[in-house]
Amino acid sequence: MRRAGLIPLLCAVALAIAAPLAAAEAWSLEQLMHALGKQRSGRAHFVERKHLAILDAPVESSGELRFRAPDRLEKITLEPRPESLVLEGNTLTVVRGERRHVVQLSDYREIAAFIDSIRATLAGDRAALERTYATSLAGTPQSWTLTLLPRDPKMAEVVLRITISGSHAQLDGIEILQADGDSSVMEIVPERVAR
Amino acid sequence: MTRRLLPALLAWLAFVGLSVAVVSQTRFTSDLSAFLPASPTAEQQVLVDQLRDGMVSRLLLIGIEGGDATMRAALSRELARQLRADPAFGVVANGEPVHRERDQALLFGNRYLLSPAVTPQRFSVEGLHAAISESVDLLASPLGMLTKSLLPRDPTGEMMQLLERLDGDARPALVDGTWASRDGQRALLLAQTRAAGSDLDAQQEAIAKVREAFTTVAQAQQAGDARLLLSGPGVFAVASRATIQDEVLRLTLVSITLIVTLLLFIYRSATALLLGLLPVVCGALAGVVAVSLGFGVVHGITLGFGTTLIGEAVDYAIYLFVQSAPAGERNEAERRPGIAAFWPTIQLGVLTSICGFATLLFSGFPGLAQLGLYSVAGLVAAVATTRFVLPHLLPSGFAIRDVGPLGVQLQHLLVNARHLRWGIVALALAAAAVIHVNRDRVWNRELAALSPVPAADQALDLALRSDLGAPDVRHLVVVSGRDAESALQAAEAVGTRLQQLANEGAIGGFESPALYLPSQATQLARRASLPEPPELGRRLELATTGLPLPAARLGPFVSDVAAARERAPLTRADLDGTSFALAVDSLLIPQRDHWIALLPLRAPSDGPFAHAIDPNRVRTAVEATDARALFIDLKGESDRLYSGYLNEALLLALAGVAAIVALLGLVLRSAARVLRVLAPLVAAVLVVVAGLVLAGVTLTILHLVGLLLIVAVGSNYALFFDGSESSGGPTPRTLASMLFANLTTVAGFGVLAFSSVPVLQAIGGTVGPGAILALLFAAVLSRP
Repeated sequence: MRRAGLIPLLCAVALAIAAPLAAAEAWSLEQLMHALGKQRSGRAHFVERKHLAILDAPVESSGELRFRAPDRLEKITLEPRPESLVLEGNTLTVVRGERRHVVQLSDYREIAAFIDSIRATLAGDRAALERTYATSLAGTPQSWTLTLLPRDPKMAEVVLRITISGSHAQLDGIEILQADGDSSVMEIVPERVAR
Repeated sequence: MTRRLLPALLAWLAFVGLSVAVVSQTRFTSDLSAFLPASPTAEQQVLVDQLRDGMVSRLLLIGIEGGDATMRAALSRELARQLRADPAFGVVANGEPVHRERDQALLFGNRYLLSPAVTPQRFSVEGLHAAISESVDLLASPLGMLTKSLLPRDPTGEMMQLLERLDGDARPALVDGTWASRDGQRALLLAQTRAAGSDLDAQQEAIAKVREAFTTVAQAQQAGDARLLLSGPGVFAVASRATIQDEVLRLTLVSITLIVTLLLFIYRSATALLLGLLPVVCGALAGVVAVSLGFGVVHGITLGFGTTLIGEAVDYAIYLFVQSAPAGERNEAERRPGIAAFWPTIQLGVLTSICGFATLLFSGFPGLAQLGLYSVAGLVAAVATTRFVLPHLLPSGFAIRDVGPLGVQLQHLLVNARHLRWGIVALALAAAAVIHVNRDRVWNRELAALSPVPAADQALDLALRSDLGAPDVRHLVVVSGRDAESALQAAEAVGTRLQQLANEGAIGGFESPALYLPSQATQLARRASLPEPPELGRRLELATTGLPLPAARLGPFVSDVAAARERAPLTRADLDGTSFALAVDSLLIPQRDHWIALLPLRAPSDGPFAHAIDPNRVRTAVEATDARALFIDLKGESDRLYSGYLNEALLLALAGVAAIVALLGLVLRSAARVLRVLAPLVAAVLVVVAGLVLAGVTLTILHLVGLLLIVAVGSNYALFFDGSESSGGPTPRTLASMLFANLTTVAGFGVLAFSSVPVLQAIGGTVGPGAILALLFAAVLSRP
């Protein structure tokens, strides 16, 4: 299945501010979005495993995720084949081998909302997120889980549920469950930690 | 009445009768034939055909502004629905997926005939293994979401191959499911008319239909503040035609009114006025008749130019009335001595003009050759009417007001004006210097310089075009064949080479009819690459070893391949109902005895060749193929064509000047006199050109025609001054007649200078000031 991007955010300053706040008050979506919104940019490594019914074994890919506020999301895959996916504004550019595809996100609404939701999470854009998903937040600031259920019936035919987990203003996993039973699990490791 | 009257009058009446008969049979045209060279090269022929009815010439770019995004999208959908129902439009696109399902079904169903990747090698064990591994890896990519469900039927990824290839063009953004501009403030549509771009009546009708449909739709949706924006070649052409028609009519009326007022003021006689216009009418008639007989058709440009001839033809009657008719002569016989006195000068003046215009007859630019013939015939008819018919028609006791007193005043002025002669020499030298300094930018070599489209409309067109990503076809590769199949084969051969150029980044990409409809030969070769089902099954077992996709899951693939082996090759008819039908029809075109395939090129959007195709590199590459391909730079070709006309016209004008010098030398038999006649004309031309250059105008072919007219009109003045030298300068009546002739000329041409049509403005802005200067200079430079 395909997922779209993720982004980790590692701004030490933001963490320092967000953590005490979270400790003092109840953990709310508002606060999570606020903390995420402070991250202007971030980089992380990812490993993604897709479990597809048609294949006997999961396919695994890995690479790097980059986010830059307000709306630029890059997913650079290094394995198994190099590929770059850049979402900026409404334009999605995929470069794979010698081929370069440029599509307008709005041309593919089911997929668009899905990619856009991850970008909206990273950007801390609560309004955009709630436009397309019913959200529910669980856990604590140190370990939270945000569950997204598509509102649009057409999108729900493709994506059943998206679960994003993280700690403070940092994402560490995204799990997407598709309506046909296929799923993908992405682990996110901030670059600094990875090295 | 005298005995001489009868034959002259009868001949004249016969001429008028015949002329009317010819004119009534004449075909008038306003298409591009005036710009088509008499014997076009293959490139020029393609250029003209594309301008005339190529796919780009049939595009209407439509924008909707005002209201909110939802309303604009609704208007766009409804407008598109109405236009799609109208047979006048072949395609109406606004981003709605009207054809998407049928397109994709066609591609998927025929993927083994259409995909360029289908070769025997691809269906070997190794080929299948590589292709299937690639598809499995793709599942890890975001694109995998789109291909996952196709995998059991299309494990080699042929559909992806096809979609990638068709996906080259940048498309507009979608807002509420319809196209919108980048800033989202405008809904966008693209309509293609069935009628050729050169069929202006049909284009006008199509434009009216769009406007009408929009009004209906906007009313139905109560979208009062929504506005329709329209652009495109057809819109420009129709608007230009309307502008030219309006302006020619309006300016003709204005200049006729001015001239009539002037003549009434001078003559104080309605009879004289009517008679004075007679040579003009005869001249115009003769001009149309000559062009009609000589060329078969009369072009609109020629007709428009006809109005300007009024300014010169009216002069002859002025000379006749003013110079030959001191009040009181009773009849034609008594007038004869007066006529005899000034006639030789007029005759020489007319011959001079004819020398100037006759050279245009040799132009390869039919528009210019028509102008030349029109002018020569018109001048001859006008002057013959004045000389041989008009005197007989003057009523007994015909008289105009006495212009003697005015003439005497002019004589005084003339004496004083002669002191300025060195000033004029200096002015002419300064003008020559200005021209010399700016010699590289005196002439405009772009055809666009003649475009009557206002800058604001051009800006709107550019904005709509860039938002729509509409094709702005500039570079084309053209191949031909004796039938559609061989043209397609040639397109495939040259397409292989173009794909290499695209991979190298030299071009951004290309279109080809063979992308949508491969030649039968290619389709059969692809079909022959497909193994029989048992063999394919055996190979799949081996090919999927070590892959997470077992051969057992690829049953649908095996049966699709088996079906494809039985499938007949695609034909043009199979494309009906898809968006590929129009693409093929636009790019694969039957000619009289052969077919041509067009392969428009796109400039790369980035890289070292961004937005600029290197013509030499592409030409070398495509012309090296066996397909005998032509590479055409449409803009370069049209500019080259026009530039060629301009160079030729310049040479012809110089030849005309040489002919004039020879004629004057022959008649005047004195180098000094020839020089004196030519000096004021040369000075006037130099000063006018320098003035235009200083005003930032770059000269076009029409300015050149204007300069010829200055020489034609001005030669009369210079000859009058020259002819009267022996008798101590022009008589008061001659001077007055020259002033009147000049005033009417300036009224006729000067008005054109205020036209918004560049063609007319060029002539007016050149001849108006030039005629005044020619008279002034001729007077000042004349010898006492």
